[in-house]
Amino acid sequence: MKYIDEFRDPKLAASLLADIHARMPDRPPDNPLKLMEVCGGHTHAIHRAGLPSLLPDSLELVHGPGCPVCVTPTGRIDDAVVLASEEKSILCTFGDAARAPGSKGSLLDAKATGADVRVVYSPLDALALAETHPDREVVFFAVGFETTAPAVAATIVRARRQGIPNFSVLSNHVLVVPGLKAILARPGSKLEGFIGPGHVSCTIGSEPYRFIPEEHGLPIVISGFEPLDLLQALLMLLDQLTQGRCEVENQYQRAVQPHGNPTAKAIISQVFRARPHFAWRGLGPVPGGGLRLRDEFAAFDAEERFSLPGKSVPDPKACRCGEVLVGAKKPWECGAFATRCTPENPLGACMVSSEGACAASYAYEHRRQVSWEKATG
Amino acid sequence: MMTDESLHHPKDPSGHIENPKKPDFPRVAALQQKQQRSEKPNQPRASSRFRATHVTMAHGAGGRATAALVKEVFLDAYGGRHLNRLEDAAILPLGRSSSLDSSLGASHLAFSCDSFVVTPPCFPGGSLGRLAVCGTVNDLAMAGAIPSWLAISWVIEEGTPIQTLRTVAHDIATAATEADIEIVTGDTKVVERGAADGVLLTTAGVGICPAGRELGAERIQPGDKLLLSGSMGDHGMAVMLARGDLAINADIRSDCAPLGKLAAGLLTAAPNTRWMRDPTRGGVAMLCHELAAAAEHSVLLREQQLPVRPAVRAACELLGIDPLHVANEGKLLAVVPPAETEDALAALRSSPLGKDAVLIGEISPHLEPIVLLETPFGGTRLLDIPVGNPLPRIC
Repeated sequence: MKYIDEFRDPKLAASLLADIHARMPDRPPDNPLKLMEVCGGHTHAIHRAGLPSLLPDSLELVHGPGCPVCVTPTGRIDDAVVLASEEKSILCTFGDAARAPGSKGSLLDAKATGADVRVVYSPLDALALAETHPDREVVFFAVGFETTAPAVAATIVRARRQGIPNFSVLSNHVLVVPGLKAILARPGSKLEGFIGPGHVSCTIGSEPYRFIPEEHGLPIVISGFEPLDLLQALLMLLDQLTQGRCEVENQYQRAVQPHGNPTAKAIISQVFRARPHFAWRGLGPVPGGGLRLRDEFAAFDAEERFSLPGKSVPDPKACRCGEVLVGAKKPWECGAFATRCTPENPLGACMVSSEGACAASYAYEHRRQVSWEKATG
Repeated sequence: MMTDESLHHPKDPSGHIENPKKPDFPRVAALQQKQQRSEKPNQPRASSRFRATHVTMAHGAGGRATAALVKEVFLDAYGGRHLNRLEDAAILPLGRSSSLDSSLGASHLAFSCDSFVVTPPCFPGGSLGRLAVCGTVNDLAMAGAIPSWLAISWVIEEGTPIQTLRTVAHDIATAATEADIEIVTGDTKVVERGAADGVLLTTAGVGICPAGRELGAERIQPGDKLLLSGSMGDHGMAVMLARGDLAINADIRSDCAPLGKLAAGLLTAAPNTRWMRDPTRGGVAMLCHELAAAAEHSVLLREQQLPVRPAVRAACELLGIDPLHVANEGKLLAVVPPAETEDALAALRSSPLGKDAVLIGEISPHLEPIVLLETPFGGTRLLDIPVGNPLPRIC
């Protein structure tokens, strides 16, 4: 497939892997080099290509909080379930968000008991449903980083222009920079560098990450999503570390500009404002970590239009997602991993979507580690 | 089930340990503990493994949720010697005095049924009627039987145009002719508007197993080869795109076809074929997991060998769906002994339905029932079991 296969060339991958092994700094096995890929799409791509089995043993990829479905707090899903269960309403959302568990089940569970929940592929599909069902309240359950926020913002602007009265958005949009700041502020972080998100950076650019080298002394390389992109980004990180540099570098130059996409950024700030705090599943309240609709668009804000329970539901006590997200624990070091917490019945944020750190580990890789460690005591 | 003890004493007779970076396949002790939890006697059990309170669409998608529902609700209530095997077709012995035995050289009967709902009822390459015939025919063929007799039961929603029934009936007739199977009985029910979505079809079929054709997972040996008769994901993507809500136009046709003749050709060329199944719901991934569980051995797949048509691959790529998880309706996956691999491939390729047949992997000597995929980069990963219907990912 054109423009895909070029980035999956096994020969080039072998040569990049050889360079990574050659330039890997010496590390004792009990102190591996921990680098975080922030984005859930990266986590998925890394596992699909089987990269963990090919990288040096002393290099550990920590799967970050960049799966927007995973970090959506339980209480917000409960709100969506309440909205969906209203007889008059149609609740629309993206595919994997429908599976995310609330305290009384997921949106798919609500659908099974009679709620009108529809999986859409674009927020514009939800707006079209509102036009064709004027007697129903159509709510779009918006989930995502700066990647999906521009399309949702554009839909809200269009809804206002067309004067569609029965359309609203329940915003759970999150922002990547406050999320990274929250991770870096957590005690116990052993991270020594970041693979920066690709799609988010298409919107926000590479500039907003400067605080990582400047305030924390850590390198970051923004990466594309193909196996060769990720291997090259890893090599660039290793080069920074071995050469004692610490910068924002951009491997994904074919898509990411230093200042991002001005149109996308403009429409986000036209429609949304940052919340003082937004609770991320697994991380807790993140200052400035979420987006809600500006007052001018209150008519399209489901939080304004409907009375929602709005309860915050604490993460389960057994869940170690917070430590997994900062690299302090591996998924299988959590007592609930693969026992109480599985992809069918996720307990914690990281098991929710296939892009979550624990779900990816469960599906692709480290399941063996659980049994091996338990078996050998 | 292997015990915890077997983790320390692998049963692998070869004692062969590969590259230590590659997984060594011990069992998941944690999962076992969960299965061993005791349950209250003398009442319908709410299994600790099956926590669902209502049926969701995931329970019909052929993945883990379906397997859990069948095991914890249906087998729990009426499991039995034949049913517990969970084969797509039951193999039933004929009595010694059976006239079939003497007249056809048959030793067993294969018996199977399947129900069909599909939206939309017509899609490129197939239709509800064609699917209903092929589904049951293929279940019989995969059991090594010659599909012979078919029963069709219709559940029709009030108000359905007669012309729709004529179209479905015509497709049934065409597919039955193609499959060389006789429709011998049936039933018709009409339900009130809203009680069914158009037309639901159930087919049941009986096939004759010629003496000497014995297939079964228990015959599988380490080193046996996995053959796939052609490209993956054509049916699932054709139906998904035909629903029209993805706004993707691509020339993707369902592979829906009766596999009786293809299977018969394979069994003639490779008489020691161990096991055959068609990778329908849940795709090749789900089937390989079923194979690993039934054979009690690991299954190794080579990603580079997996055949996917460019248009299907592109559509999957756009939607973030793995073609390994997408349904097929005209493909078979066979496990054959190494010595018969070439003859088996040649036989498959000599038929139009199997012209793209390839070797996709093998049975590992390791005893843990997992599926390992070797990526084109030489890395390995576990192949995941699909949970629910494939849903496009958000990013």
